[in-house]
Amino acid sequence: MSSRAQTPAKASPPPTMPVSFTVNGKKADLKLDTRTTLLDALREHLKLTGTKKGCDHGQCGACTVIVNGERINSCLSLAMQHQGDEVTTIEGLGMPDDLHPMQAAFVKHDGYQCGYCTPGQICSAVSVLKEIEANIPSHVTGDLTSRMRPTNMEMRERMSGNICRCGAYSNIADAMAEVAGGKA
Amino acid sequence: MRPFTYQRAGSVAEAVKAVGSRDDAMFLAGGTNLLDLMKLQIETPAHIVDIQDTGLDKIEKTKDGGLRIGALVSNTALSADERVRKDYPVLTRAIQAGASGQLRNKATTGGNLLQRTRCSYFYDTNMACNKRDPGSGCAALQGYSRQLAVIGSSDKCIATYPGDMAVGMRVLDAVVETMKADGSTRSIALADFHRLPGDHPEQDNVLETGELITAVWLPKPPGGRHFYHKVRDRASYAFALVSVAAVIQDDGSGRVAFGGVAPKPWRVEAADAALGQGAKAVIARAFADARPTEENRFKIALAERALAGVLAEARNA
Repeated sequence: MSSRAQTPAKASPPPTMPVSFTVNGKKADLKLDTRTTLLDALREHLKLTGTKKGCDHGQCGACTVIVNGERINSCLSLAMQHQGDEVTTIEGLGMPDDLHPMQAAFVKHDGYQCGYCTPGQICSAVSVLKEIEANIPSHVTGDLTSRMRPTNMEMRERMSGNICRCGAYSNIADAMAEVAGGKA
Repeated sequence: MRPFTYQRAGSVAEAVKAVGSRDDAMFLAGGTNLLDLMKLQIETPAHIVDIQDTGLDKIEKTKDGGLRIGALVSNTALSADERVRKDYPVLTRAIQAGASGQLRNKATTGGNLLQRTRCSYFYDTNMACNKRDPGSGCAALQGYSRQLAVIGSSDKCIATYPGDMAVGMRVLDAVVETMKADGSTRSIALADFHRLPGDHPEQDNVLETGELITAVWLPKPPGGRHFYHKVRDRASYAFALVSVAAVIQDDGSGRVAFGGVAPKPWRVEAADAALGQGAKAVIARAFADARPTEENRFKIALAERALAGVLAEARNA
């Protein structure tokens, strides 16, 4: 593999390919360098800059979006992998005049300070509550055969892929608890 | 990232042919590890064969009462499967101990077995690393080795296999099913799947060029009580310093494997046989050939304490 790394770059232009997927209910038809990540397709080509680039290596969660109903790190996915997929970004969850309940709860509970990680936090938080509802277990789940519940510990564990440098974690957990129905 | 051409294979046969017919192609499943490595130019494939359309995303019952897990089943789907939770809970526990929710949604069963080491010298392309660049040396040997292997390593490489899922699969006696570039298939016991580095740390496993993992087979449920205890520097979303996967029967017998300590999930059958004598006896056998560095010697004591905790929990249950 490393011997390949030392091969001089070819003069031919980098390969491009067409790809189509739906973003927030709207069809997107793009022709992209095959190296383009889903994150860069959203931000640089579709100008949906709500989704943020943090580490670009799947460690911080700022780039979290929802694809076919599941949250993923859009930085660790090629746009080409998403032919025909349905992508939801923070803009698709809600806009300032029509907030998603989770967005409203983040505002109410001060679930952010600088706000850079917030779109990823909110996409993750919305998905976490769905994952609990779908009875997907977590590392802190006691009895694997019982119904999952949105406890504070469950939500904290499930949100560990979203880093907040400002440390708004406890307020994020409060916002999630409110949306989950105050069960935490 | 280096430029590459991209192809979506419609079948397993098409995929193995496409990758096997050249020496610069790679399979792409979830991509959570591969894209990371491509961005750092540690992996530089000129052609990518995406296997998401090959239908390997099912979990099926086998004739002998076990499960056949398709290579594309996501970590989340596998850990949440009702049969796995009930009959193989060590696997659910192991998977949920690793990575983040976002990664587990994308990471696959086959891809997770192929996750490359997280040794920081492997990741830093300015450093000598025999795994990344054969013959260049190993900067980790004289470097910061706290996270690295205490057993199974060589003087060429002290990297660990970083995953959790495979450690759970190891105590379940899992078998890896593959298809080679010529269309033939084979079964490889997980015990024999990952390689020890020896003189060739660049080879993580026994797969040949163009050979694709198609499924993982679990034998019929082993019964007993299942445990996966992971010790790490923070409570979530970190790689293991030490992990213990164990299946303990009512009579105190059982099986145990360790993660975070070796280039592969570490299980020694003679150590299994000592489970009735307590953690100290098990560790003495499992780590008899350990070659720790001064910085990571603590992992052996940590493994003993983690196992003692598991055995105490098994007794009190």
